[in-house]
Amino acid sequence: MAARVLIPAVLLAVLAAVPFTAPASVLLFTLALAKGLAVLGIVVLLRAGQVSFGHALYFGASAYAVAFAARAMQGGSVSLLLLAGVAAAVVTGIVVGLFVVRYRYIFFGMLNLAFSMVLYSVLEKFFFITGGSDGLRVPRPTLFGMAVERFEYETTLFYLTLALVVLCAWLVYRYFQSPLGEALRALKSNETRLEYIGLSARGVLLVAYVISAALAGLGGTLLALVQGHVTPELSYWVRSGEFVFIAILGGAGSVVGPFVGAIVYELVRAYASAFAADVWQMILGGFLLVIILFASRGLVGMYQDVEERLFSRRVVTGGRRRPV
Amino acid sequence: MTELLLLAVLDGLAYAALVFMVAVGLTLIFGVLRVLNVAHGSFYAIGAYTATSLVIGLGAAGWSPYLAYPALIISAVLVGALLGGLIETVLLRRVYVKEEVLTLLVTFAVFMILEDVQRLVWGVSPMFADAPLSLLGTLAVGQVYYTAYQLLLLPAAAVVVLVALRWFLRSTLQGRLIVAVAHDREAAMAMGINAKRVYMTTFMIGATLAALGGALASPTTSLTPGIGTDMIVLSFAVVATAGLGQVEGAAVTAVLLGLGRSFAVYLYPEMQVLMPYLIMVVVLLFRPQGLFGVAEMRKV
Repeated sequence: MAARVLIPAVLLAVLAAVPFTAPASVLLFTLALAKGLAVLGIVVLLRAGQVSFGHALYFGASAYAVAFAARAMQGGSVSLLLLAGVAAAVVTGIVVGLFVVRYRYIFFGMLNLAFSMVLYSVLEKFFFITGGSDGLRVPRPTLFGMAVERFEYETTLFYLTLALVVLCAWLVYRYFQSPLGEALRALKSNETRLEYIGLSARGVLLVAYVISAALAGLGGTLLALVQGHVTPELSYWVRSGEFVFIAILGGAGSVVGPFVGAIVYELVRAYASAFAADVWQMILGGFLLVIILFASRGLVGMYQDVEERLFSRRVVTGGRRRPV
Repeated sequence: MTELLLLAVLDGLAYAALVFMVAVGLTLIFGVLRVLNVAHGSFYAIGAYTATSLVIGLGAAGWSPYLAYPALIISAVLVGALLGGLIETVLLRRVYVKEEVLTLLVTFAVFMILEDVQRLVWGVSPMFADAPLSLLGTLAVGQVYYTAYQLLLLPAAAVVVLVALRWFLRSTLQGRLIVAVAHDREAAMAMGINAKRVYMTTFMIGATLAALGGALASPTTSLTPGIGTDMIVLSFAVVATAGLGQVEGAAVTAVLLGLGRSFAVYLYPEMQVLMPYLIMVVVLLFRPQGLFGVAEMRKV
């Protein structure tokens, strides 16, 4: 099925052309893709049937790790800062993960929420270290040893983000296909049986949790690098809710969904806040309701339905169509 | 120092009374509908705004200021019954059959919409109506002067809510129907209970309790956008710490978290927001099902 490969490839090409076709929105797209990485983390956990309402914890922790590292090194290099950001998320993810994988469903979600609120209030209250609610400025790092101008920097980071997105999406796809990834689905459908075949449910979930924390951290890292400024709001619970929102919007069943969802979400948000500044949240909320009520498999699910209708040969039997 | 501690205790109790009302509504809704209602904070905020508008309106009309107290209750019931009923019948009813995360997100969407509704209706500048607070004057407790409203009325209201809710759930037909549906929905329906109606009533009661928390809180604080957002996470913490669906447990936990928070305010202000979550994490570390929750059996 050529279309299965062709259409994502065309989308990717269109995305890669953004710096030429719409240079003004490079920043918007970079931020959207960075957010998409965090959403991919949510999708990993959704595979196991768990919803984290606190992944902004890793988003914020990594962003602040980048800010502190960049300030300590008076700039530093992008590659070093990327490492610092992701490392912060992985370490936090292991510590928090060891604790939260003992819980499921609502308790899992709430505990994640509590941890992210702990970080949020630490960032906000200990202002003598973290700059309080004003946040911290992140000095612009060098790119591969070179100091660059703003436009070049933003374009390079855009491509860097795009490359990382493709890489992460592919890696997560492979992970889902692997035995460890398949175990996630088993965890969702029946945890006790998973243990009967000799796998530790907590171990399986912990691996997924740390991966999802790393993805959210990578998103936060890129955001800090691109935006050049971090605030406690990055780890507020509403942002975590936003991640889950985008996961459902894009479609939780695929690794492409988070990025499609994040781009659509950011575009809607940008236009809504430009043309209807007072009611943009209302528009987004309405949008979410429509998706849940009428297309709960998200944008990717909608696309798959259309694709099926267009490209699959079908036999008509008693008025019902069936793909062959 | 003693005055400081006394003040912290009084603050904690007054705050716990408000948190309890919001949290008990949340836990009731969760216990019956199995929905974690993120929009609960919006009910709190809208209850507070409606009450303030009503109290200001009463003052402007020149009616007796003592009418402000019934006004607080009326606004809570209005918000809970109208807004809660609307959301349950129009939205939630359609998604009970879907995945848990989707019902949760529906309430998140409602929360986003209601945030803007508050801004559109009441604007962003702070609102304040303290008539119910100042009418009762202050009382001396030892060396400390404290408003009678916060010292007596708020805790008393919380106790009334707790006792009334217990009585309602255990001794009235409607309440027993709710308990039956919460216990086993299918069996209850097989006995001929109209679960749909029970869901709606429960959601309306829960929403009213949140709005009542907001209405009673409104004289003590000035209202700005975002008050609901902070309240909702705090009441989540109370509900999870107490154990889901625990009414009496929510009361004890609200006091615990309220006191913890107010002691932090006086002794180590940086910890103020942190405190409730720390307590929650510590409790769940040792009792994963919450202080009063019952551990669920694992099913193969």
